[in-house]
Amino acid sequence: MSLLQIENLSLVIGGTPILKQVELAIAPGEVVGLVGESGSGKSMTALTIMSLLPHLAQARGRVTFDGIDLLAASEDQMCALRGDDIGMVFQEPMTALNPVKTIGEQVAEGIRWHTRAGRAEAEDRARKMLDRVGLPEAKFPLSRYPHELSGGQRQRVVIAIACALKPKLLIADEPTTALDVVLQAQILDLLRDLVSENRMGLLLISHDLAVVTEMADRLTILRGGEVMEAGDTARTLSAQHHPYTRELALASMHVPARPKKHLAGSARPLLEVEGLSRDYPGRRKSLFRAAEPIRAVDDVSLTIEPAQSVALVGRSGCGKSTLARMILALDKSTAGSIRFRGETITGKSEAELKPARRDMQVVFQDPYGSFDPREKVEKLVAEPLHLLETQPSKAERRELVAHALHEVGLGPRDMDKYPHEFSGGQRQRLSIARAIITRPKLVVADEPVSALDVSIRAQILDLFAELNQKLGIAYLFITHDLTVARAMSDEVLVMHEGKIVERGRTADVLDSPRSEAAQALVAAAPDLHRAIARRMQEQG
Amino acid sequence: MATYLLKRLIIAAITLVLASMVVFAVMEILPGDPARLMLGFNASADQVEQLRNQMGLNAPLVLRYLHWAGGLLSLDFGRSYTYSVPVIDLVGERVVVSLPLALIALALSTVIAIPVGVFSAGRQGRAGDTVAMGAAQLGVAVPNFWFALMLIYLFAVWLRLVPAGGFPGWGAGIWPAVKSLLLPAVALALPQAAILARVARSALIEVLNEDYIRTARAKGLPYRAVLWRHALRNAMIPVLTILGLQFAFLLAGTIIIENVFYLPGLGRLVFQAITQRDLIVVESVVMLLVAAVIAVNLLVDFSYAVVDPRLRGRQ
Repeated sequence: MSLLQIENLSLVIGGTPILKQVELAIAPGEVVGLVGESGSGKSMTALTIMSLLPHLAQARGRVTFDGIDLLAASEDQMCALRGDDIGMVFQEPMTALNPVKTIGEQVAEGIRWHTRAGRAEAEDRARKMLDRVGLPEAKFPLSRYPHELSGGQRQRVVIAIACALKPKLLIADEPTTALDVVLQAQILDLLRDLVSENRMGLLLISHDLAVVTEMADRLTILRGGEVMEAGDTARTLSAQHHPYTRELALASMHVPARPKKHLAGSARPLLEVEGLSRDYPGRRKSLFRAAEPIRAVDDVSLTIEPAQSVALVGRSGCGKSTLARMILALDKSTAGSIRFRGETITGKSEAELKPARRDMQVVFQDPYGSFDPREKVEKLVAEPLHLLETQPSKAERRELVAHALHEVGLGPRDMDKYPHEFSGGQRQRLSIARAIITRPKLVVADEPVSALDVSIRAQILDLFAELNQKLGIAYLFITHDLTVARAMSDEVLVMHEGKIVERGRTADVLDSPRSEAAQALVAAAPDLHRAIARRMQEQG
Repeated sequence: MATYLLKRLIIAAITLVLASMVVFAVMEILPGDPARLMLGFNASADQVEQLRNQMGLNAPLVLRYLHWAGGLLSLDFGRSYTYSVPVIDLVGERVVVSLPLALIALALSTVIAIPVGVFSAGRQGRAGDTVAMGAAQLGVAVPNFWFALMLIYLFAVWLRLVPAGGFPGWGAGIWPAVKSLLLPAVALALPQAAILARVARSALIEVLNEDYIRTARAKGLPYRAVLWRHALRNAMIPVLTILGLQFAFLLAGTIIIENVFYLPGLGRLVFQAITQRDLIVVESVVMLLVAAVIAVNLLVDFSYAVVDPRLRGRQ
């Protein structure tokens, strides 16, 4: 018998249909993956099970958990189930914990609430649970506060809260999306172990087909609130009967065509970085002693040649973004030099930097945060034009913007729209249009596709590849996603604790990594091919 | 924690010194010769000059500042020009009225505002919230002296529960003294409570949208428990900030209320001193209020650290 049975579930919020006739079942000890792109209704399905939907939401159909009709259950009944029989883990570990309560209080709270245990007993159980999720007492006493923990450690605390009372069902909504691949692998291992220890049912929600394939026995694919396909993971993904399943799988593994490969050593370097370091002031331990500086970037040297695409990969906090900011002259270096087209740019004034800035542009991760919502596209895309020596006339300006928009696959009519009228993928096209309008030689892209759905990501990667081929733009791709590195780069730089620990041709580094840091990254990175092959063996 | 507190303490001390310089400088610039004022317009120039020497008014500016500031430290504020009594005595008998009044008003305002804010935030957009925030809007808009008059009419004239005004002094016993401060405290507290309730409500609503509130709900805590246990403490920072500002206002900004209730408080003392050009009294009271405001803000800074562990740093 199923532990959770969702039958014919429809959800309407304020007149907008969110879910349509969703069917899903989870047996004890089973891992079911719920896959879909943003807006497909994955999270709303989870919140329906938890009965934590926003006001004005109307759910119809049947959701049965352990014989209880959840849609008909009273708030008191739901409170008794939540945290006791059903636990939930969320996407963003940095904000999922109350900053003013210790981790001990937060884990023990649910235990005390549900079992009426005394403080000492609850804390004892909280201690055991934290030990179990990999936060031993010596380093993580109950009195720690969330801000003293890293993202991965905080996610372990959230899992400890959710699993403290050995729930029959755990719902994990994108539990590793905000973490780097190494942490992701650790958290997924932990979840897998907890499932087998307690015969817990797990509903794993993710946009990442590779992650779900590695974890789930069965999967359900959602699109626009409807179930597209459901079944055993191996069979579903190997047969790919449904066109949408095929589309998703192809998009996840998409490698854009770049017929003109860059030939190393063919030209004078475009960018030369030598012995670059950056110190940040550390935390002061005493009022009377200067703080020890923290070295974020440590003696980094690298070169990028014209039209070359280089990926800078590494775990979160390894110094990737700090390095990029210094190359873009947005941050000052502590030591070392940066030469761009043969000219030193370190220590130059803003006026002297103008030509360099013109030839070096940037694309950021978040297509929502990087535009002023009150300005029209024409003005936003034209922003870098102030770097030109002679300012274009109004008509020339519109011409340039129209041309840049055309190059990224948007129309001239989009010029008079506002950013909110565009989807996430289209906005990332806008940021690329803004980056290429001055015809730069180098574009630094900081996680440019990690906020995008897989199908959109494939399109944007194609666009990057096309611009590289057509305009000869060199790229520095900063990413923790090895799939992106493999798809887009000629060379890979592996960064670890502020240092470049490995450099080489992309295929060489990713297929046979030599440094420990690179090996860890490659081993942890989810790979759809590999995952499907492993599933096939297991499930026949 | 200790580093944070020490830092705040040093900043407070520097602020106090800078403020004293400003107050001293302003008093220097103001027209009017204290010696002339004390002796009256019939005194001869010689007599005035003699008194100026005697009062140390002819000494260099820096020396006079140091002398004055040193006096403040040993609670010697000098003598009032008009009453010829030590300023400390004048101020002392007023502080024992104004300080308890401000404290009672502050306590009342907090006790009213926090539950109203929690109530409203928990029923955002519903009838109870609309009514409570409508009342708060009224509380902000209506001047406190009008409240005062209504309170006098209701409780003193009609119900005869408390006196309509005046202060019997603490010598008459604690209860009569407190009783005569009750109405003015309520009149002072209501508009402050209205502001504070609105701040508490909006801070809570912001906090209630945080991810950790959802985590707490997923633990199985009912909405009300989440509101009190998780949301309130996180919403305290803006509330404490406003509370600190309000205390300064309650201590000094009570001239009108003291007049309505005929209370011998600091507000009225300053008012009289200004009209009589008794600058040394003005100077002393202003410095006292500055010190009180800095002390309260220091207290607020300390309470931030109690509320929010991120400000304490690593132990």
